[in-house]
Parts: sequence; structure tokens; C-alpha cells
Amino acid sequence: MDFATFLVQCLNAVQYGLLLFLVASGLTLIFGIMGVINLAHGSFYMIGAYLAFSLAPVFGGAFLPTLAAGLVLAVIFGYLLEWLFISYLYERDHLQQVLMTYGLILVFEELRSILVGNDVHGVPVPGWLSGSIQLGDLMAYPVYRLVISGVCLAVAALLYFVIARTRLGMMVRAGGSNREMVQSLGIDIKFLYRVVFAAGVALAVLAGMIAAPVSSVYPGMGAQVLIVCFVVVVIGGIGSVRGAFLAALLVGIVDTFGKVLFPQVAGITIYLLMAAILLWRPEGLFRQG
Amino acid sequence: MSARARLAAPLVVTAAFAAFPLLVTGFYLEFTTKVMILAIFALSLELLVGATGLVSLGHAAYFGIAAYATLLLSPQYTAANFFWLLPATMVCAAIYALAVGALSLRTKGVYFIMVTLAFAQMAYYVFHDTPLGGGTDGIYLNVKPAVAIAGWTIVDLGNPRTYYYVVFGCLVLVFAFLAILLESRFGRALAGIKSNEQRMRAAGFPTFWYKLAAFTLAGALAGLSGFLVAVKDGFVNPEMLSWHESGAVLLMLILGGMGRLSGAVLGAFAFALLQLFFQWEVVFGNFAQHWQLLLGGTIIASVAFMPQGLIGLPAQLRAWRSRRAARARDA
Amino acid sequence: MRKYPLLSALAIATVLAAPATPTLAQTGKLKVGFMLPYSGTYAALGNAIENGFRLYVNERGGKLGGREIEYVKVDDESQPAKGADNINTLIKRDNVDVVVGTVHSGVAMAMAKVAKETGTLLVIPNAGAVAVTGPMCATNIFRTSFSNWQPGYAMGVVAAERGHKKVMTITWKYAAGDESVGGFKEGFEKGGGQVIKELTLPFPNVEFQALLTEIAAAKPDAVYTFFAGGGAVKFVKDYAAAGLNKTIPLYGAGFLTDGTLEAQGDSAQGLLTTLHYGDGLTVPKDKSFRAAYAAAYKMQPDVYAVQGYDAAQLLGIGLSAVKGDFSKKPDLYKAMAAAKIDSPRGAFTLGKNHNPVQDIYLRRVEGKENKVIGVAVKARADPGSGCTM
Repeated sequence: MDFATFLVQCLNAVQYGLLLFLVASGLTLIFGIMGVINLAHGSFYMIGAYLAFSLAPVFGGAFLPTLAAGLVLAVIFGYLLEWLFISYLYERDHLQQVLMTYGLILVFEELRSILVGNDVHGVPVPGWLSGSIQLGDLMAYPVYRLVISGVCLAVAALLYFVIARTRLGMMVRAGGSNREMVQSLGIDIKFLYRVVFAAGVALAVLAGMIAAPVSSVYPGMGAQVLIVCFVVVVIGGIGSVRGAFLAALLVGIVDTFGKVLFPQVAGITIYLLMAAILLWRPEGLFRQG
Repeated sequence: MSARARLAAPLVVTAAFAAFPLLVTGFYLEFTTKVMILAIFALSLELLVGATGLVSLGHAAYFGIAAYATLLLSPQYTAANFFWLLPATMVCAAIYALAVGALSLRTKGVYFIMVTLAFAQMAYYVFHDTPLGGGTDGIYLNVKPAVAIAGWTIVDLGNPRTYYYVVFGCLVLVFAFLAILLESRFGRALAGIKSNEQRMRAAGFPTFWYKLAAFTLAGALAGLSGFLVAVKDGFVNPEMLSWHESGAVLLMLILGGMGRLSGAVLGAFAFALLQLFFQWEVVFGNFAQHWQLLLGGTIIASVAFMPQGLIGLPAQLRAWRSRRAARARDA
Repeated sequence: MRKYPLLSALAIATVLAAPATPTLAQTGKLKVGFMLPYSGTYAALGNAIENGFRLYVNERGGKLGGREIEYVKVDDESQPAKGADNINTLIKRDNVDVVVGTVHSGVAMAMAKVAKETGTLLVIPNAGAVAVTGPMCATNIFRTSFSNWQPGYAMGVVAAERGHKKVMTITWKYAAGDESVGGFKEGFEKGGGQVIKELTLPFPNVEFQALLTEIAAAKPDAVYTFFAGGGAVKFVKDYAAAGLNKTIPLYGAGFLTDGTLEAQGDSAQGLLTTLHYGDGLTVPKDKSFRAAYAAAYKMQPDVYAVQGYDAAQLLGIGLSAVKGDFSKKPDLYKAMAAAKIDSPRGAFTLGKNHNPVQDIYLRRVEGKENKVIGVAVKARADPGSGCTM
């Protein structure tokens, strides 16, 4: 591998890692703050992609209004979902959360099949972002991919700011560490959780929507993403957004170079990475926060 | 339940299962065989989840590893000997369980769930991506193992009725073994760990090693069910290790009811029958295509309304009735 | 009931086990069991196959060889782990005479094993696993689709003819991909070419960027690929977005552009693929088939519908030869093995291993169609290595 190729591969790795972060951040928020293990998170990613596909005609293919509408729907959807299915799970053990969200996966997949069908669909890249940048004589790099990375970085910065610097973030951090204490301070923890869950869903939907033009839209797309996100969250430390960010980049790098350098075992490289990190730090890279 | 019923119930159930093949042949015989294997699988997980409080979402790995071991350790054109093949496959599953347990038991709660899942995925990809076990197409078992002593064949595993009894025997043995185990000092220590691990540690129990022993044992027992499936179908595929299988077996536990061994068995039957029922065209017509929607709905409903599972349903109903009676009295 | 949950479960099982009525002699209905994916990634394919099969039977007034046809369905979920159980449900509970299925190769492997052991007639309308008509072949197992080797081999021949010398291949690390690339390599190297590197990535991973960079760096004369469904859409789009389609021609097995063109849009234009079916065939049977299918189902047929249609034809030829007497299995199988099937893809026969001996077409993507521009290889049989029958 010459140096130019190496640089491009690094770019690929970072770009993939950032997208992983976007999906995993919602998962780690819900895990860390609400203590709920949410297997249906991959389904939210899938729903996001299908929203991008189904809403595009409504807005005449305009990208930003579609995105905005999708996010609004996602927040409402997440809010309702928490109220209907998740809210009484906090007192129960993790097993019941696993099963409830497992059931939700089946329901979402079948509803998707009934409502949209089982065909593969494409979502066009918005016209004003469809150019590409030539990287030496090697290959072209689509502008849209760089835009995705930009959005992911922006979301990362925003999350960091909200959690570290705002009152809402403070409540969120407190709620994560001690439910009763927050309640005794007079904070409506039910509402807080509902908002956090809706935000988690919105993050996954956002990831699905902006990834749709490059990933296309197809049945079962959520399941793949889910497991990789689990690995990211475990490596990063549950509930740690900072950890998820670093872990996502790490997974992006290992996955990218694993495919190139060790194609025979490319499927297991990220799990080996996870095992190594757990040997070193059983709680992941970062504590919550 | 009176003391006599408590004694009689298991005997009646056992007798009914023993007599079943005399009445039924063909599909339902093999179906029941399969479900009994699943029941063993569910029982092995019950040792972890119900008895020790460790929720593993990667239990299919041990099931699948033993199934693969069954085929890989069998000679190509001759029958392997049942009496060494069975323990060998269980040991294979146990070794992986030991390794995963040693790593994952350093973590807790949600972490533990995800770590076990990720290690199961790792095993899945080993069989999926490497030519070791035929890749994604899976591999066949050409000759079923022979149950033979000194070259003299005792039973023919190819006969569905015989195989039913072999599986049934295994199920009874596993059930009895676990029942005794959970009553032993070891089992009580596990129960102690489940309710309050810190206290157990303070009392001088090396809880990590207890949990690791339970984890490895559960892996070995899951391996037994994997072996039985591999011999029954004569075909293994990486999907046997997928996380959907791990999820399904957890589902059996909660459907049947946790914390009771009979809950695991009941859950396996309830799960298999539900699946069969929802896919039944006679009842659901074309909607049978969307059976997963019904299954998903059932899962959600049972988590929401039946947290103790089927086995806890009578108690739940009784509690509800007495609450209602109390309310009526107050009013 | 309340006290004996296990017992009640058993009671339910016994009730369900109420003796199923065996099929009436040779005059009653013939039971066809569809074991196809009705949920998950391949659900659309499963429906197309069933539609095609039913179309042929309906054209003959619901009868094949004078026997009325009755259907039973089971969703195989594309789940190999449940394959054996699902086909057993059809054979042993529903007492079907014929099993038709499936799409997923791993599931087909499980089915072939059971079919071989029970002697049930199995017609495979898609799954291209080489082993099914190789080491696993049997007198009662037939395939009306293709083997993964066939389109790959045909494209290898074409790539060599077009003067390419050094080619890279890229596919998922799974059996279908390996077999397709294997076929390509055989055809290409026979024509004097050389495969310089075989790239793979774990199934169903769709993060292709790293491997596209490898391709860009190595600058081969051309690239051969095997992807299907969502992966095919994403690969073709990523390949074009990286600008590689302008410098390095991309060739693929037909599934790369089948049923995916609407999603791939402009990025697929001009792509060359090989398959046993395509648009713009001059076969008269194809015209009538397409019209009938469109009238019956209000949509256009695809290659999967054709394969389902031909599965019904094959069964029909066999049944006609024995005048509907399903008990004459040896004659039935002999007639099926010798059948000349008037397929919409063009007439074909079966090879010794019961896999179609067929023309593989070279197709070019034009608009929303895979236009047939020639025959890549004529009447090509699958080598069927390992088949002793």
C-alpha cells in the first residue's frame, strides 16, 4: 500500500466511523441515561432510511425539508413509543427490556413489509451535493460523503455541548446516576426520560435518513447496523458519548484496514478489538459522561 | 397445589411424554423431538438467567459450536462413536463458554448482555467466513453416530421413535441434574449471587468462580442440545449461531416463566406451538405470511402483561382476583 | 389445566397431531408445497416465484397432467437453521407430493438433504448452490434456475473475448459469491486472462469504500462482481460515485442489475451482466408470458417469475408423461430429466445433474431494462462435478 492509498483508506475509515458514531450515540444515550437496553435501535435506523425514501416525493425531492419532517416525525414517534412500550420497563430487569425491544424489531420489520413492500429502493443524492472531488489520479470522492461526515461531527459537538454545558445536560447526567435523587429535586423524570428516548430515536433516524442516498433502502438493513453499534457502545463505555465517538473511529479504522489487510478474517476483526479492550478495561474506554 | 399433586404432576407428565410415540408418528413425533431439544437448550440458559441472574444474549454460540463439532469430529464415511462424540462436543462448547465467561463476567448488567452477544457474533463469523465448516452453505453429516459398545450397536439413531426416546432421556436427565444442582450448596450460592452478589462476596464466596462455573456448565448443556439437533438434522449452518437464535431461546424462558425449571420446558413448547400456529394458513389465510407480526405482538404483550410467564400465570390471576375481592370488600 | 402446565402443553400438541388425512389415491388433488421466503430480504423473490408457478397452472385450468393442483405454503424466512424443520412440516404434516423451493442457497442445502433422504420430489426455482446439483444431486432433485457457476463462467468468457488481461473480482465472503467468482475465473483463464486479486468482504457488510480504494490503486483492466439485492444497489452506486465506472469497466453476474435498476438509477447505465434471462428477448414464448403475467398480477415479471413458471412446466411435463399417476416415480423422473422446456428465456433441457443446459445472455443496462445484446455462451451445462447419478 503506497502512502496516497493509505491516506485515502484513513479517510474511508474516519468517514465510516463517524456514521457509526451517529447511530451509536442514540443507543449509548438511551443505555447510559435510562438504563434501557434497546435492541430496536437498528430498526430506527431502518425507519429513518425508509422515511427518507417515502417522504422525498412529498417534498418534491427537496433534501432539507424532507430531513426536517423526518426528524419531527421521529421525535413524536420516539415520544409515543416510550410512553406506550418502554415507560414501565425501568423497574423491570434487563431481560424484559431485551425481549420487549426484540418484539418491536419483528413488528417494525413486518409493518415495513406491509406498508412499503420488500423491494430495494434508491434515494437520490441531493443535486447541490452530488459533485465529487478528485483525489490525485486515484479516485473521486463524492462530496455527499464528506457532508455526512460534517453532519456527524456537528452532531457530536452539539451532543457534547448539551450534555456538558446545559441545564438539560445536567439533569440528564444526574438522572443517569440516580433516579430517586433527581425526582426528589423536583425534576419530572418521566418527562425527561421521554425526551431522552425521543432524542435517541431521532439520532438513529437522522443517521438513517442522511445515509439513505449512499446506502440505499432495503429490508433487514437495521439488523446489521445494530450489532456493530453494540460493539461501539461496549468499547466506548456505556453511556459515554465521548467514548462512543472514539470507539466508533476505532471500529471504523479496524474494519477498513481489516478488510484490506486480512480479508479472510475481516468479519471478526472488530470483535477481536472489543475482546482486547475488555481485557484491558472491562468497563470500556470511558466512564459515563 | 397439594403435596400429592406436587409429586404426581411430574410423574404424569413424564409418563405422558414416554407414551407419546406410541400414539403419534411422523411429523408431530419429530416436532416434539425438536421441541424437547429446544427445551434442553432453554434449560441450559435457565441456569444462567433464572438461577444466577446472568442474562446472556449469546447462548446460541455454544449450541452452534457443539453442532459444528459434531460434524467436524465425525469421520467422513463411517459412524462416530456416540459415547465419545457427545462428551467431546460438549467439551468444545464448554471451552468456548469458559473463555467467553472469563472475559464477560468481568462486566455487569447491560454490559454483560452486549458482550455475550458480541462474542457470539464472533463465533458466528468464524463459521460464516472461513472454510472450516463449509462457509455459508453449511455442511452435512454423512453418517449418524453409532450408539455402540465394543462394535455392537445398541440403538439406531436414524429411527425417529428411538431418537425421540434418546432426546427424552437427555431432557429428563438434564432436568433432574439441574433440579439437584440448584438444591445443592452450589445452587444456593448461585441463588445468593442472584439476589445480592456483594453480600455473597462479603460472606467469603468467590463469586466470580461460581459464576464462571455456571456459565461453563450452561455452555456445555447448550452444547448437548446442539449435538442433538446436529444428529437429528444431519446439517449445520452458521445461522444456528446467529443472535436471532439467542433471542429466541431467551424468549422461551420469559414466555414459560423464569426461576422455575418447568418454566423453561413449558416456554420451549409454547414458543414452538405459537410459531407453528401463527404460520398456519388454515387459520390466518394469506396473513400467515406476516406471522412475525403476530409473534412480535405476542412477545410485547407477554412482557407487558405476563412478566412471570405462563408458569406464573395462575399465581398472577389469583393475586388479581384477591385484589379485586379486597376492593369489593372495601367498597 | 392450571396445575399441570406441561401436561396442558402436551394435550395441545396431541390435539394438533390429529391424524392428517393422507392424499387420496392418484385421482385426487396433487399437493404442491411452496417453501419460499415470504418475509425478510428475499420476500419479493418468493412472491414472484409463486406467481410464476401459479400462472402456468392457471393457464391449464388449475391442472397439471390431468391432476388438480392444491397448494400449501411455508415461509422459510431464508433461515437455513430452520430449513430441515420447515421442509419436514410440508412433507410430514401437510403430506405434499412435491416441494418447490427456495431462494436462499443455505436453505436449499438443508432441503436437498431431507428430499434426498425422504425421496420427495424437490424442484428448486432459484437457489444456485453448486453442491445441490453437484455432490448432493439425486434423481428426485431438479433445478429450473441456474447454478452460481453458470453466469460467472459466461462472463469470464466475455471478459476474455473483450481483450481484458488482468481482472480483479469483488464479492461477499459467502458460498454464492465464491462459486460465481470461481466460474468467472474458469471462463476467464481459459480465454487467456488472469485474475490478479480476489477481494471479499463479510456478508452482508455494505461498506465498500475500502475495497474500492484498493481497486483504484491496483488499476486492473476490469472488475467482476457478484452482489445481489441491497448490496448490489449500493455497490453499483458507490462504484460510480468513486468515478471508477469511467476508467475501469465493471462486469457482473445478472443479479447485480436485476430488480434493482430503479434504485440504482443512472449509476447502472451501460453495465454489462450475464444471466439466463433479460429484456428484449426475441423468443415468442416470452412475449405471451409477459402479457399473461402482466394481466394476471398487474406487474411485470422478472427472472424469478420465469423460474417459477418453468418449475411448473417441468412438473407438468413429468405428470403428463405418467398421466397424472404420481406413484410411477421412476417414469415421472425420467420424463422430467428428459424434458425440453419451452421457457420464456428460450427452450432449454436439463443436464445429467438436473440443472438447466441453457444459453447465458449478455445484457446491457439501458434505462430501466437489462437489454439482451447477445449470447455469451450457448447451451452451457453446469459441470456438475461430484455428481454421481
